[in-house]
Amino acid sequence: MATNILEVNMYRYNPEEDKFPYIKQYQIEKPAKDIMVLDLLHLLKEQDESISYRRSCREGVCGSDGMNINGKNGLACITPISSVLKKNKIELRPLPGLPVIRDLVVDMTEFYAQYEKIKPFLQNSTTAPEQERLQSPEDRDKLDGLYECILCACCSTSCPSFWWNPDKFLGPAALLQAYRFLADTRDLKTNERLEDLSDPFSVYRCHGIMNCVSVCPKGLNPNKAIGEIKKMLLKDKKEIITTDGAMN
Amino acid sequence: MTNYNSSNIKTLEFDALIIGGGGSGMRASLELAKSGLNTAVVSKVFPTRSHTVSAQGGITCAIQSADPNDDWRWHMYDTVKGADYIGDQDAIEYLCSEGPKAVFELEHMGLPFSRFENGRIYQRPFGGQSKDYGKGGQAARTCAAADRTGHALLHTLYQNNVKEGTNFLNEWFAVDIVKNAQNEVTGVIAFSIEYGEVAYLKAQSTVMATGGAGRIYASTTNALINTGDGLAMALRAGYPAQDMEMWQFHPTGIYGAGSLVTEGCRGEGGYLINKDGERFMERYAPNVKDLAGRDVVARSMVLEILEGRGCGENNDHIYLKLDHLGADVLNAKLPGICELSRTFAHVDPIYEPIPVVPTCHYMMGGTPTNINGQAFNRIDRTDSIIPGLFAAGEAACVSVHGANRLGGNSLLDLVVFGRATGMFIQEDLKSGGGVKSADKDDIDNALDRLNTLNNSDSGYETAEVKKELQQCMQNYFGVFRRGEFMKKGLDELQEIREKVDQLHLKDKSNAFNTSRVEAIELQNLFEVAEATAIAAYSRDESRGAHARDDFPDRDDERWLCHSLYDPLSKTVSKRDVNFNPSEVEAFPPIVRTY
Repeated sequence: MATNILEVNMYRYNPEEDKFPYIKQYQIEKPAKDIMVLDLLHLLKEQDESISYRRSCREGVCGSDGMNINGKNGLACITPISSVLKKNKIELRPLPGLPVIRDLVVDMTEFYAQYEKIKPFLQNSTTAPEQERLQSPEDRDKLDGLYECILCACCSTSCPSFWWNPDKFLGPAALLQAYRFLADTRDLKTNERLEDLSDPFSVYRCHGIMNCVSVCPKGLNPNKAIGEIKKMLLKDKKEIITTDGAMN
Repeated sequence: MTNYNSSNIKTLEFDALIIGGGGSGMRASLELAKSGLNTAVVSKVFPTRSHTVSAQGGITCAIQSADPNDDWRWHMYDTVKGADYIGDQDAIEYLCSEGPKAVFELEHMGLPFSRFENGRIYQRPFGGQSKDYGKGGQAARTCAAADRTGHALLHTLYQNNVKEGTNFLNEWFAVDIVKNAQNEVTGVIAFSIEYGEVAYLKAQSTVMATGGAGRIYASTTNALINTGDGLAMALRAGYPAQDMEMWQFHPTGIYGAGSLVTEGCRGEGGYLINKDGERFMERYAPNVKDLAGRDVVARSMVLEILEGRGCGENNDHIYLKLDHLGADVLNAKLPGICELSRTFAHVDPIYEPIPVVPTCHYMMGGTPTNINGQAFNRIDRTDSIIPGLFAAGEAACVSVHGANRLGGNSLLDLVVFGRATGMFIQEDLKSGGGVKSADKDDIDNALDRLNTLNNSDSGYETAEVKKELQQCMQNYFGVFRRGEFMKKGLDELQEIREKVDQLHLKDKSNAFNTSRVEAIELQNLFEVAEATAIAAYSRDESRGAHARDDFPDRDDERWLCHSLYDPLSKTVSKRDVNFNPSEVEAFPPIVRTY
């Protein structure tokens, strides 16, 4: 009997009613076939209309439903319950480290602010040709593994360095995009971009903890991108030293 | 709860207001933000969560990359034919001839298109594409960023809006149109999902860029947010909808889950097989086989299933075979599909075929507009512009897709007409255009629905009524339609209407109350579903996506025209199709075969 019942422990908080957040336990019959965590949330919401969470595409491309599932960040819509169940139990919490608006919904203002800081748009002030700017397939390949980011915030909110300095350390998601534009042969502001990243916090607070890599639902590797940025910053510094001559 | 009225809510004023942060909305806002007009984008989700993000295969446009001799007129011919001749040819001409400019702009903005060896944008073959007006064989005209073109496009547009400093009202939900005594649109009532604050968003120009409403069906490729909000607001305000019977069923939705599998799979060489392993499209479309129009392929699949040749235990789906393309091609060209297939079909396309089934995908109909995005009403059988109201993208019916959209034409539609709408509003407002103010009663009227819902203390549950609605549409208004069945469906809709009008919102809280949003979304879905049902019942012929068992032939004498649904009388009238392109000769209707 007991094996047919799922126990879902959910973080609940409604700022208009609750002084403090609490964990609410739901019992639900285990569905006959494996379903996604998002489907489970839909079933629970039919029981209890007051549950709040974000969702949109339900196929892992829009990045709305990042949450902490049994201790690990992931997208509810592409996480099968079979992959996270522990003794028929699931614990659902909001993404860690950001202010909670309600239940599983976090305030992502800080996360988006860091994204905007890296100037996430192509900068090229040369006159655009009548057709497209050319780019070789090899150069275009350099953007693979970078441009696919869906801004779900699973990585940045799993990063202890981001928890510690969410205003000064850009976090893995923003840094992945910083490198996406550094790597793009069509972008001409490489030096300015590097200059913006050269302070002790923006990039250098990454200590290679690698939580970002282990949680990214798109299989991307922000840690590698950060490594590339660090290499570029070092090279940049060396060049400055060499051309300057004074420090030789 | 206290009732909202014009004196207890605040007013936020803009020059231009764009409802919807998807491709068309953000292309329009980019144009307006650059012009210096005070513009706001109202989006119920953070803009990069809009449904444009799910578009996969690409954006079709004659940029002469795969073929230096390609011609936008050939693209126009294909689009007119694909539309089964009820697409407006002036609009299709504008779409295809302006297209290259709009696509190159996207590249200049940074969109990471895939590339050919010569460095130009990669283009792949898609269904319904030809060279030389159907005489020169298959064309490859769809520009792609791997199989994540929509994602790349949407993020690029958001990034450029950030660059231009566009004003975003993210996670705000528009409820109803405010119109003044002159029947002009002066903005919308909206609320902040995050805090529940209600406001009158006042504007000289209001653009509905709210996308489609695929969630009227039980099985759809559409995101959960595709609930036709803008179209429903326009219908409730008494403005018409055009060609609502025309819904595209995409041949390849993942069986069971509904997620889209791009037509690009077949463009890259994949094909459909039945349970006998037969490539059955050779029988239905001997020339182009699996790359026939989507309506043709979807119907062929349903016929295979109905005749007992479907795959699986219940013979209820079809297989899409890709393994013969090899791991290298699949990983390079279709990585997103491999990922989706593994997640939702538990199948690795490198080794096994993907189970697929025709799934509701796209709304060809919508708020009727001209090529400037201006919405219009029909008064005394002539088009009459509705001052202040615009629509673009899937929410609009301009009409470039007619009775059946070609793959890759939706992304082009978004950027071309989002851009055109932005450019028109900019010129219009700078030359003194605009609308008169609404008075207190006008604002109060637009708050009615929200107040009724907030004060509901009994009634029906949103989730249950939504399921009923979706099942009704799925059963009676699907790939094949028949008069007597549709009549039953219309009767059921009458009953559902009563429930939709009496939804019970138990949770009255303000902070991120998704139940309130979902209740209003259901009411929106209903308006769209009802328009669809009445239009489908009225058109007694088969054309494009609208296939009737009881009227299997196209009837150009009676139905070479748009249907126009009037929400006040709930009747359908006819409107002429435009056959007057400015630079080329019109393409006359001929029998459509592939």
